[in-house]
Amino acid sequence: MRWKKPVCVLLLAAVGVTVIAGLQRLLMPKYMGQVVEGNLTSEYYEETTPHDVVFLGNCEVYENISPIVLWREFGITSYIRGNAQQLIAQSYYILEDTLKYETPGVVVFNVSAMQQFDQNNESYNRMTLDGMRWSASKWNAIRATMMEDEHMMEYIFPILRFHSRFAELEADDLTYFMKSGKVAHNGYYLRADIRPAGDLPVERRRSDYSFDPRSWEYLERIRALCENNGIQLILMKAPSLYPAWYDQWEVQIEEYASEHNLQYINCLEAADEIGIDFSQDTYDGGLHMNVYGAEKLSRYLGPFLLGAGADDHRDDAELAAVWAEKGLFYDSMKAQQEEEFAQFGYLKQFTTEE
Amino acid sequence: MSLVSYEFLAFFAAAAILYYVVPKRVQWILLLAVSFLFYAAGGAVYLLYPMITAVSTWFLALRIGRADSAAQTYIQEQKPDKEQKKAYQARIKKHKKRLMTAGILLNFGILAVLKYTDFLLGNLNVLFHLEEGAIPQISWVLPLGISYYTFQTMGYLIDVFRGRCRPEKNLFRFMLFVTYFPQMVSGPISRFDQLKKELFEEHSFDGTQFTFGLWRILWGFFKKLVIADRIAPAVAMITAAPDVYDGIYVLVGMLGYTLQLYTDFSGCMDIVIGVSQCFGIRLPENFQRPFGAKNLSELWRRWHMTLTGWFREYIFFPVSTSRFCRTVSRFAGKLGLHKVTKKLPVYIANLIVWFVTGIWHGAAWGFILWGLANGIVMMVSQEFTELYRAFHRRFPKTDGSVYGALQKVRTGLLFSGLLMFQYYPFGTVFAMLGNLLARGRLSQLFDGRFAELGLAAADFIVIAIGLVLMLLIGVLQETGSVRQKLAARPLVVRFTAVFLLFVMVLVAGCYGHGYDASQFIYNQF
Repeated sequence: MRWKKPVCVLLLAAVGVTVIAGLQRLLMPKYMGQVVEGNLTSEYYEETTPHDVVFLGNCEVYENISPIVLWREFGITSYIRGNAQQLIAQSYYILEDTLKYETPGVVVFNVSAMQQFDQNNESYNRMTLDGMRWSASKWNAIRATMMEDEHMMEYIFPILRFHSRFAELEADDLTYFMKSGKVAHNGYYLRADIRPAGDLPVERRRSDYSFDPRSWEYLERIRALCENNGIQLILMKAPSLYPAWYDQWEVQIEEYASEHNLQYINCLEAADEIGIDFSQDTYDGGLHMNVYGAEKLSRYLGPFLLGAGADDHRDDAELAAVWAEKGLFYDSMKAQQEEEFAQFGYLKQFTTEE
Repeated sequence: MSLVSYEFLAFFAAAAILYYVVPKRVQWILLLAVSFLFYAAGGAVYLLYPMITAVSTWFLALRIGRADSAAQTYIQEQKPDKEQKKAYQARIKKHKKRLMTAGILLNFGILAVLKYTDFLLGNLNVLFHLEEGAIPQISWVLPLGISYYTFQTMGYLIDVFRGRCRPEKNLFRFMLFVTYFPQMVSGPISRFDQLKKELFEEHSFDGTQFTFGLWRILWGFFKKLVIADRIAPAVAMITAAPDVYDGIYVLVGMLGYTLQLYTDFSGCMDIVIGVSQCFGIRLPENFQRPFGAKNLSELWRRWHMTLTGWFREYIFFPVSTSRFCRTVSRFAGKLGLHKVTKKLPVYIANLIVWFVTGIWHGAAWGFILWGLANGIVMMVSQEFTELYRAFHRRFPKTDGSVYGALQKVRTGLLFSGLLMFQYYPFGTVFAMLGNLLARGRLSQLFDGRFAELGLAAADFIVIAIGLVLMLLIGVLQETGSVRQKLAARPLVVRFTAVFLLFVMVLVAGCYGHGYDASQFIYNQF
């Protein structure tokens, strides 16, 4: 029986690969506890309908804008492709990746990512990049933003990065072994707790307020990519009080927008007009909006987006059904968090017990 | 490029594929090219040092070889009488000796300058009571594997001088002997007459040998990444703070460091030998279950065997039979010390060997003391041989396996205790050992200090599994090659054993993000 040995080898190889793949899935963080951002990037691929608007950027987009409000009040279909400390180079490649699935009419890029080109924390890279589907865009995003002590091999085979978690596995690792739970609302990270803005760290003077030339290079690439695909690019600055947004940076962005005939919306300057109350609309002392602040900002942005070419799709029955379901999930999470905050004064999931 | 890095695995995979793809007659040229690449990966400028060693030694060995040939031709053609022949041979020998001495001075000189200048300058500061740093340190960057390739190359030069091997005429072949990439980092130190056949003969792909090589590499990774690097931080904490970790922790640190050193170095050797086996090249073994030894001499015959072999061959034998030793021996005889007359040359040679062993391991008095302490313990032990024999005759049961096991434990403890001289000052070692004997209590392991070592329950489980596995392999090795035994088992058994080991390394290995890049302890020599 000459076939017996090759078949046996193939079977054993299949067993080996399956076990390693299972171990890899078990050992990878599930991001279902205090930190959920690691699921934001991958949730995009579950979308079944296209979007008129795609937001790009860091925490200033995924915590500050509510796509559900944009839908409910303007009929705009939108998705936030943002993540914790998502670098501008990563935003560029994520936009490139997005264009493989759809071509939105409008892309909104939050310019606060201009201030930092190099990553300073490996876990932010992992949260942004691990969830991307494999493509040339992912490969290039990793290469462009990988830290010195990171290896491409550890992105290709995440078990090489997360193997040491074997000593700290939790119940979540088994619960979400097959698939992580849904954590965001079209990329929006909902928080219904309130922590008023207080004393913020003193602004530090800088010797040089120029943005890194590589940040400019990637902004230019984003602009070119949008232009080549007939997408309207809008630049925005979210109403986050910290990290500081310096006047010198503002001038540079204004000049760039004017030079390239781009719309630039500084929501920080327009905070009063938007109606943001920093004693009520932030959950972490002014760094990020809570759901109340995010809803206000979304209402403010809606007309700009419609003006830039986004359509009102509320008459589309198929879309309406999809978004109604999204709305239910949004409302239930918001209600659950409101109730919990009212009862305890904090949200259990996001606080550590002493 | 560390042997336990992704880069090395990729480098090795590419080299192995190319090795079996290129025509067999150029396989050695490929190995030379990849060896240069490997070395240059650490900085091309450092390739200069092995090149100086290789070219100078090759040239001098060739000249020695030519002198031998010229002597033979002269004798055959001129047919000199006995006196003429003797005078001519003496002249040739003197010439050869000058060439060999030049090579030794140059190459050991480079090693000495690079490795020991700071040690010398530091001692001068102390000797002349100067302020610390009055004579500044130079801090040369040591080229990778300099101690190994220098010793290996000098062994070759001496062998050519002695007529034990013929000089290699092809410079590039000789360069491969000096720079062969798996070996040059940490040995094993090989002899040219043994290695040349392995390096230069044509190798066809042999699936069994290749698989055995891969298994050996995996075993090396297991020892290094799962055991050595897992206990390393805890051992470093204990040994760095003897005031905090006293009592029983002296023993824990002592045994921990020994285990780390063994798994680190022997793991490195497993990788080196395994990689070579994949190329069809057999390298000499460097370890032979050293902790199965019943006395210190035996342990040293099983530990870093190629280095101790080198010292025996090129220092111990020449020194113990040297004119100096004979003179000292005669002098002792004249003084009436007849009992030590015969032993003196051995003692002198032993002390020199152990002094060199110490300083080879590190440019510090601690290492020298450690080396000498080993030598002295073995010499004292030798003196008591008769007493031991009498003891065994009086108590025949002491030849049994229980007493044998006790001897192994005692030898391991002695070896571990002596290692303390490497990292503590002389007085501190005795103070700590005294503290262990006077205050050491098992209950101290539960006083909270153990928990501060940074080892979680999972770490202890992994270490325990690792130790059991090593013990098991050690026992199986006593009756033959474990890999051959495994190869004789059914495919499913083979797969399961190797796959489980692979998973252990993959999951429980200390590598990647969050761990320091793992450097082998013996790389720094």
